[in-house]
Amino acid sequence: MNEAVLNELAEPPTGVNAPPETEDSLNIEYTDTVGQPMCENAKFRTKNVNVFYADNQAIHDVSLDIGAHQVIALIGPSGCGKSTYLRTLNRMNDTIDICRVEGQILLDEQDIYAKKQDPVLLRARVGMVFQKPNPFPKSIYDNVAYGPKIHGLTRNKSELDDLVEEALIKAGLFQEVKDRLHAPGTGLSGGQQQRLCIARTIAVQPEVILMDEPASALDPIATAKIEELINELKENFTIVIVTHSMQQAARVSQRTAYFHMGRLIEVGETDQIFTNPAHELTEKYITGRFG
Amino acid sequence: MTISALIFLLLLFAAFSYFMARQKITTAYRQNKQPSKIMTLPKYFGYVAALCSLLPSLLVLFVLQGVEEPYINSEISSFIGSQNIAASDDLDLYLNEIKSADTPEKIAALSEEKQAVYQRYHEIETTTQRTITAIVLSLAILLVIWGLRKINTETPARKVFEKIIEGILLLAASIAIMTTVGIVFSVLFESTRFFGEVPIMSFMFGTEWSPQTAIRADQVGSSAAFGAVPLFVGTMLISFIALLVSVPLGLMSAVYLSEYASSTVRAVAKPVLEILAGIPTVVYGFFAALTVAPFIRGLGESMGLSVASESALAAGLVMGIMIIPFVSSLSDDVLSAVPQSLREGSLGLGATRSETIVKVLIPAALPGIVGGVLLAASRAIGETMIVVMAAGLAANLTVNPLEAVTTVTVQIVTLLTGDQEFDSAKTLAAFALGLMLFITTLILNVIALHVVRKYREQYE
Ligand SMILES: Nc1ncnc2c1ncn2[C@@H]1O[C@H](COP(=O)(O)OP(=O)(O)OP(=O)(O)O)[C@@H](O)[C@H]1O
Ligand SMILES: [Mg+2]
Repeated sequence: MNEAVLNELAEPPTGVNAPPETEDSLNIEYTDTVGQPMCENAKFRTKNVNVFYADNQAIHDVSLDIGAHQVIALIGPSGCGKSTYLRTLNRMNDTIDICRVEGQILLDEQDIYAKKQDPVLLRARVGMVFQKPNPFPKSIYDNVAYGPKIHGLTRNKSELDDLVEEALIKAGLFQEVKDRLHAPGTGLSGGQQQRLCIARTIAVQPEVILMDEPASALDPIATAKIEELINELKENFTIVIVTHSMQQAARVSQRTAYFHMGRLIEVGETDQIFTNPAHELTEKYITGRFG
Repeated sequence: MTISALIFLLLLFAAFSYFMARQKITTAYRQNKQPSKIMTLPKYFGYVAALCSLLPSLLVLFVLQGVEEPYINSEISSFIGSQNIAASDDLDLYLNEIKSADTPEKIAALSEEKQAVYQRYHEIETTTQRTITAIVLSLAILLVIWGLRKINTETPARKVFEKIIEGILLLAASIAIMTTVGIVFSVLFESTRFFGEVPIMSFMFGTEWSPQTAIRADQVGSSAAFGAVPLFVGTMLISFIALLVSVPLGLMSAVYLSEYASSTVRAVAKPVLEILAGIPTVVYGFFAALTVAPFIRGLGESMGLSVASESALAAGLVMGIMIIPFVSSLSDDVLSAVPQSLREGSLGLGATRSETIVKVLIPAALPGIVGGVLLAASRAIGETMIVVMAAGLAANLTVNPLEAVTTVTVQIVTLLTGDQEFDSAKTLAAFALGLMLFITTLILNVIALHVVRKYREQYE
């Protein structure tokens, strides 16, 4: 492989204004997605999804299944559409006026973009954890209790207390905050805040959790805690995680999908993707990262 | 030389200083070539040189101007004394007449004796003016020369300049603060004079307000009553009605604008709403008096209620409309400033938009919203014109919004308009009312601050 390309890939471009792709990578002709985009026991089935921001197409014809009770990692260079794709899964894109989604996205074989679908209910079933921890400026307790209260999941205060405690325990935060449940959530450290956000999401008892670079703002120790947490959570939830760290993808996921310029290039078992990628672009991205 | 010409000259000197100093430093830099070192830019030396001549000469100019008038006055009076001219009792009046003779016709119209005084006045004025000009100009020139000689590359020009800027900013801030303090003290002082005549208790807790004192003893209703309670109740009643209208409407339009409206609607609707605050209050006043009040009256009568032709309700409603933009504009700004991530966090948990607004956005934006409401409240409390036109002047003690009431500010206006002897209890009462009003709004502010501290949810 040519030296220049390796260097280029060693430092993946960041930001929206990514430098133009090298000629080399553009010369590789795009075919269909390689690997196994389908899977058995799928929670989500997405078929021929296109996403536009005004006239700008951010996602091109992506078809991908997301298996129940496993972790799928979405990787790819910055600006390739990972977040955009992720946000189609809970219709978070609805909040952006200029955003338009085409194609079929089925959750348990139900089209979530169907007219009669209620995006609010959908978001209760498909929770989301964001790149930057965004606890509400309320107490730790109220942060976690927020979802259950809105959806009326508990009948009385003690049930709510139990639910909050359980969510905090599952998120591995309870020990650290049990003495200050009524202190503001914004007063926690970054890693704690992110686990609080995870606890907040779990408390609604969703079926799927979407995570957009949940550890990118955290130090290695906090990251390790989150990764451990993800491993435990997959018992009960289906998890889709966007990450820039290939080590992280390798550690936490069972399947990996590689996106490039709005297209889904390759999908497969994580082991296979990282040891033996089938597509040249995938290989370049991965080897570039690992040096 | 007129003052403006003098100031212009001073500015010219300053400009000259600036360019010369800059030139000097630039040349000096070029000579002792130290290209690697980061040096203070020549323009800073220019600024320092310019301000070093400008500021002291301006200061001296203003001080001299300040003492000019008293000096001339004393000179003239001693001249009058020495000439044995029988000046009328009121020296000020006499001097004023002479000073205001600025056209040949007016001078000719003066009596002979006065013309002599005028001559003298003219002489003194000219010489003082000349002296001032001479002092200021020579000072400025000296400072320019001194500054230009002194300044060199070792002068800490950037530091000095920063200090001067800091000083100017401090001056600006202190002018604002001093003015406020001055007003408060003058109000306080006049109020104590009032309370010397009217006991403070009967002012604060008296329930009857009729400030007309009799000029002749045989007039009826000769005893004045200064009980401020009806005025404050009236003010509170009208303000309360106004806030009852403006807070919900304002807050809801803010929520609509920041959370629901498309950007085009927002771009049009926001300025239009803000126009409401720009309409002169007298326009609202006749709208209230001619449209709203009769409407309320008709409506009330059709329901068998007796409504006064001027009512607190009419004034309050219209005032409420007027202050909507204070609530909506500020609330809209703070709501839009709440980070998008909080919105997405809430929506991501399956909250609806309205749940997100009520439970996350409004608490986070609370300080700004309360600020807007406070601003609106102080506008309502201070508003006069609408009340005069729609609620009347009758100091009734009532909380019935269908009756005519009056407010503190309206009474202050009626107390002070017309020819008044300044020392009467009637005019002094205006200061006492002003003081009470000031204290009320202060208390309101303190309470609001506490509310905000207690309930605010602080993000980042
Ligand atoms: N709100 C938006 N409005 C317009 N264009 C957008 C918007 N959000 C994303 N895009 C565009 O869509 C494309 C995909 O963006 P997306 O955020 O999905 O990338 P990403 O893979 O998540 O990148 P990163 O790894 O940097 O987060 C980019 O070209 C981006 O410019
Ligand atoms: Mg992203």
